[in-house]
Amino acid sequence: MNWLLVVVGAMVGAPLRYLTDRAVQTRHDSVFPWGTFVVNASGCLVLGLLTGAVTAGAASSQLQLLLGTGFCGALTTYSTFSYETLRLAEDGARLFAVANVVMSVAVGLGAAFGGAALARAIWG
Amino acid sequence: MGSSRSPLAEQATDPGATAPAHRGAWRGQGPVVCAVAVGGAAGAVARYGAALLWPTAAGTFPWTTFAVNAVGCALIGVLLVLITEVWAAHRLVRPFFGTGVLGGFTTFSTYAVDIQRLVDGGSPATGLIYLAATPLAALTAVWAAVAVTRRAMGVSGAGRASGAGSRGSADGADGGNGSSGADSTSGGGAR
Repeated sequence: MNWLLVVVGAMVGAPLRYLTDRAVQTRHDSVFPWGTFVVNASGCLVLGLLTGAVTAGAASSQLQLLLGTGFCGALTTYSTFSYETLRLAEDGARLFAVANVVMSVAVGLGAAFGGAALARAIWG
Repeated sequence: MGSSRSPLAEQATDPGATAPAHRGAWRGQGPVVCAVAVGGAAGAVARYGAALLWPTAAGTFPWTTFAVNAVGCALIGVLLVLITEVWAAHRLVRPFFGTGVLGGFTTFSTYAVDIQRLVDGGSPATGLIYLAATPLAALTAVWAAVAVTRRAMGVSGAGRASGAGSRGSADGADGGNGSSGADSTSGGGAR
């Protein structure tokens, strides 16, 4: 049952990452990988909120597996983030490569802390 | 054959042509979305399995997620050199293995929330070390994997798509067509 929750969450999260990336990338001309940036930041916010809700007893461990391990885990990605950063550096866009790492980590962390704070405000 | 396929081809060769390419860009996406969904489920299950096999206690360094992300970054480096610089892969290979399996296996959200929990849970030093160590390991892994794979396969990486042609090719977003614009003479590594 637990495995099934992870599978179902991931089967929604991974295609949503692909479709979001595609939608974002067709709408701008920058070399900056905004698509991956957007899904990673969004996933951090949702997981921060969810983990806060679980800690406060407002969400079950089943929901954690479905939405956290499955959906958020598959929605966000470290491999694409790293590969895109490497490509920016190889293509001579070193500043973009550094900006991608700094911004992704800073905004991801901000979203995670923000989600957790929101959870405390709602259920704490 | 021209009319139904042209919007996609136009988008691959001319990134600026968003308006006319936009509607056609979604055509034929069914198999790709399915490949990403199935691959993503497989990757997430592997990550969940790793977490069950090697659980890490709250307040300690999240070694399992750290290792999962580093390994996933190394594997995507190997995969993408092989299918964009060495072989001409089937159009669903990159969505399945790259976007799906490795995208679902690695996670950015757990990385960020684990740092938040370490910091708020009274282990800020561990949180800060983890904060720096993961991107360092991930970038080293993907860089080393790309370099080793290129050397082993005898490709330089110099003929790789670059500049405008590579825009929007994020992790199989176009199923590997991203290199077709810049690589039109070599056929994208059909050697």
